[in-house]
Amino acid sequence: MNVRGRNQRLLVRDIAHARAGDKGNTSNINIWVYDPEDFELLKRTVTPERIKKEFPKLIRGNVTRYVIEHLHGLNLVMSEALEGGVNASLNLDSHGKSWSYLILGLALDSGDSGTGC
Amino acid sequence: MAKGNGTFRIGTGAGFSADRLDPAVDLAKRGELDVLVLECLGERTVAFAHRERMADPRRGYNTHLERRMRALLPACRTAGTVIITNMGAANPRAATECTRDVARALGLSGLKIACIEGDDVSGRLGNDQPFMDEPGRLGDIGRPVVGMNAYLGADAIVPALEAGADVVIGGRLADPSMYLAPLTRHYGWRNSDLTALGAGTLVGHLMECGMQITGGYYADPGIKDVPDLAQCGYPIAEVSADGSAIITKLPGTGGCVNEATVKEQLLYEVHDPAAYLTPDVTADFSRVKVKDLGHDRVHVTGAGGRTRPEKLKVTVGFDAGVLAEAGVSYAGPAAGARGHLAAGIVDARLKEIHKIKSPLRVDLIGAGSLFATAGKNRIDSEDVRLHVALRTTNRDEAELMLWEVESLLCCGPAGGGGYRGVITPAVETKSILVDRGLVKPTFEIFVT
Repeated sequence: MNVRGRNQRLLVRDIAHARAGDKGNTSNINIWVYDPEDFELLKRTVTPERIKKEFPKLIRGNVTRYVIEHLHGLNLVMSEALEGGVNASLNLDSHGKSWSYLILGLALDSGDSGTGC
Repeated sequence: MAKGNGTFRIGTGAGFSADRLDPAVDLAKRGELDVLVLECLGERTVAFAHRERMADPRRGYNTHLERRMRALLPACRTAGTVIITNMGAANPRAATECTRDVARALGLSGLKIACIEGDDVSGRLGNDQPFMDEPGRLGDIGRPVVGMNAYLGADAIVPALEAGADVVIGGRLADPSMYLAPLTRHYGWRNSDLTALGAGTLVGHLMECGMQITGGYYADPGIKDVPDLAQCGYPIAEVSADGSAIITKLPGTGGCVNEATVKEQLLYEVHDPAAYLTPDVTADFSRVKVKDLGHDRVHVTGAGGRTRPEKLKVTVGFDAGVLAEAGVSYAGPAAGARGHLAAGIVDARLKEIHKIKSPLRVDLIGAGSLFATAGKNRIDSEDVRLHVALRTTNRDEAELMLWEVESLLCCGPAGGGGYRGVITPAVETKSILVDRGLVKPTFEIFVT
């Protein structure tokens, strides 16, 4: 896999891959780092609080995060997150399959230095 | 009857209703399979199938059933592979009769085709049944119900296999249960072998979406490249007596099986990884180990299981009127601004002049549509498509919306073109939980 060099990484997509699924109006997204060394960075970046703050109009319900330590992955379960769900939503993507790329498009946590990118 | 190295070989020949056929034929011919599963039913498709059955009592099963059976039955007969499928959808009996006719026309005599019924619980539930994940009760729906189907587990399928069925056709058979049933029968797992049931359910869960574990739905060029996706192969599970398995695919097919493809599927549509609920078991995927053996072979072990849920899930489908969609495109300099202007015109005319109050959405494809609610828009695009969507139970409103969008061709911003409009029937679904005693699966064998 052609992952970016350490100092070029900007987005979650640069360190991890993900897949989204739906059940009713609940979306779940599983996210996995390519390199176990990046797992702490992923955990710091993708938090329920961050998701609620980034997408308040889309993710309306609770966000629960399951941590799968030994496989270096997270599972986000977000209720009231699909604009009504596949049979009611007016979004072109009524399953919310593309939501995985909302997460992969988040900027990585820049750490305490606050320099960002 | 196991065919390879003491393992039991199960292949997937469809992971959803519209999945590909030619790779399934390749798998049936070359896979040396004990069982081929075709998983073709979702919450939406079962409700649509009920609607088709209402219109024509001979229909209501998977649209591609006849073509699939014609292509797969001869290869599976030759290889001694049992087919298990939920392509019966809302009408397993008609699907079985169709399959029998196909088999006879192919000259396959003595084929045993089992029809599993009993998942349809229409008319058996009280109006006071509460919804599963949301407030409200069955009686609150207020629209015509088109179907109610309980998820059937492995225990509904095993008796048909014991009766020697070559093909098993049901309606709402739970996806992983179609894999667990033949494993349970082959290895003699009992209801108390919860770890084995959890492991067999993991196999089913990983396999049920077909190519989603062999490189489909995975590629992201430059980061996750997948070879020859146009020739992607369906998955094979080589399952051992303890339920651990190797996930692989046929040599010479496109796609890939690796640790990453397996992990993405491991928690696909799973909430709590320690409690994946099926009619058969509460499966625990939280301690699963995934080991990449190379050459498109991945070993999965470590699933667990606890007692099955007390109740069964039922999908209730009801008539939700129509979904109307219409669009016009704009390209070139300031296309985004012109599309934005068009969106405002349509929105104003539908709401202010035509007083439409049904759920309406106006998007600009190319300038932010899928992620519009998430707050991501950019208007500087040079190629946008106005897309208007309306859900309504009033057909006149739907037609009026299409008319308004088309009127932009002369009355809207400059340079708009490519109008299309379509109105499709809509079905909504709700879930409820029912006592197992209400659901009594049966089977009947048809012999050619």
